Amino acid sequence: MTLTLESFIAKLEEEIDTIPKGSLKPDTNYRDIKDWSSMHALIIIALADTDYNAVLTGNDLRSCNTVSELFNVIKSKIA
Amino acid sequence: MALFAADKVKISGLSACVPKKQESNLDYDHISESERELLIKTTGIKTRRIAEPGVTTSDLCFEAATKLISDLKWNKEEITLLIFISQSRDYFLPSTAIILQDRLDLPKSTVAFDISLGCSGFTYGLSITASMMKTTGIKKALLMVGDISSCSLSYEDKSTYPLFGDAGAVVALELSESDDKMIFSLNSDGSGHQAIIIPDGGLRFPVNNDTYKMVEEEKGIKRNRRNLWLNGLDVFAFSVKEVPLSIAELLNYSKLTVSDLDFFVMHQANLLMNETIRKKLKIEAEKVPYSLKDYGNTSSASIPLTMVTQLREQLSSGRKNLLLSGFGVGLSWGSVIVTTSDLVIPEIIEI
Repeated sequence: MTLTLESFIAKLEEEIDTIPKGSLKPDTNYRDIKDWSSMHALIIIALADTDYNAVLTGNDLRSCNTVSELFNVIKSKIA
Repeated sequence: MALFAADKVKISGLSACVPKKQESNLDYDHISESERELLIKTTGIKTRRIAEPGVTTSDLCFEAATKLISDLKWNKEEITLLIFISQSRDYFLPSTAIILQDRLDLPKSTVAFDISLGCSGFTYGLSITASMMKTTGIKKALLMVGDISSCSLSYEDKSTYPLFGDAGAVVALELSESDDKMIFSLNSDGSGHQAIIIPDGGLRFPVNNDTYKMVEEEKGIKRNRRNLWLNGLDVFAFSVKEVPLSIAELLNYSKLTVSDLDFFVMHQANLLMNETIRKKLKIEAEKVPYSLKDYGNTSSASIPLTMVTQLREQLSSGRKNLLLSGFGVGLSWGSVIVTTSDLVIPEIIEI
């Protein structure tokens, strides 16, 4: 699957149903997502793995802040 | 990785025992309702079994073994190997397996010892039991696995408390003339030993004045140093990376493909994680049973517990090719491909 920032944001909004559609922006800090918990982080790792074949680590999630930073890490890891 | 096969040993039956007391994650009021909903949806864990104080893993295994020996109509004099794999033993010493030898009235010629492993314990245990039977000629053996995890959990730690349940399981193995092989892949990565750990109480960090002090690590995670600590993100990332890789190598080594398998039974860790592994291996959903919803993560008992509760009918008649895979604390992971035939499986026991 080709990875664009727009498609990644759309995918996140689809997988995490507590995010209102259209509310996520490239500079959104994903920890500010309503009721953010480690469950959301697991969903992101699973999404990156299943849809983009990119293996994120716990450290990747801990060191990034914004959606676009996360996007760049995934992009650099696509196998 | 260690890849190897053991032949002339078969699984004859298995049984599992859980505490009667149930706890529902719908009632876990340490987190908000929306957090609870997301937790249940993501982990797949709705209820868990919790042992009353004083009930040990060996008590659960004792009940499971007694019923299994009786259903198999085995002569106890012929059972001369008992391996107990657990991280919640009766005593610091001696080994729990030795106490179980006496309690089950097995002969004094029994080889009995404990092994300390968790999530990978069942697949490791099968390899050790089968290899030992083959080299010693021991005809009948009992492999016991399980944990009482609930006693190590902090209610105020949302990253562990709602995940784990208590269970014990027993597998009966015997020497056989069959050419069927058990084919194993066993692995370790101790660099990740802090990802799942009870820090204090061993010799590295003996119990001290600070051991039982409750510390708020982050919001929703308050625990002491005798509680189970879990770094869920790191375990998740490790599992979805290493487990499919090692299973692909095992299938390749065995000259088998996923279409040769009847069932793929994974350690019951977390639904999202297990489904990610399943999709990576392109195994159909119908072949992958779960007991997570009703029992949570039951450590080394999770694979046999899933076989007993989800596959009892299917495994009780006919031949089945199974891929079993355990992964977690250590970090340690192991998989086995095994053919079973007409297994004796009593219904799940509750005490």
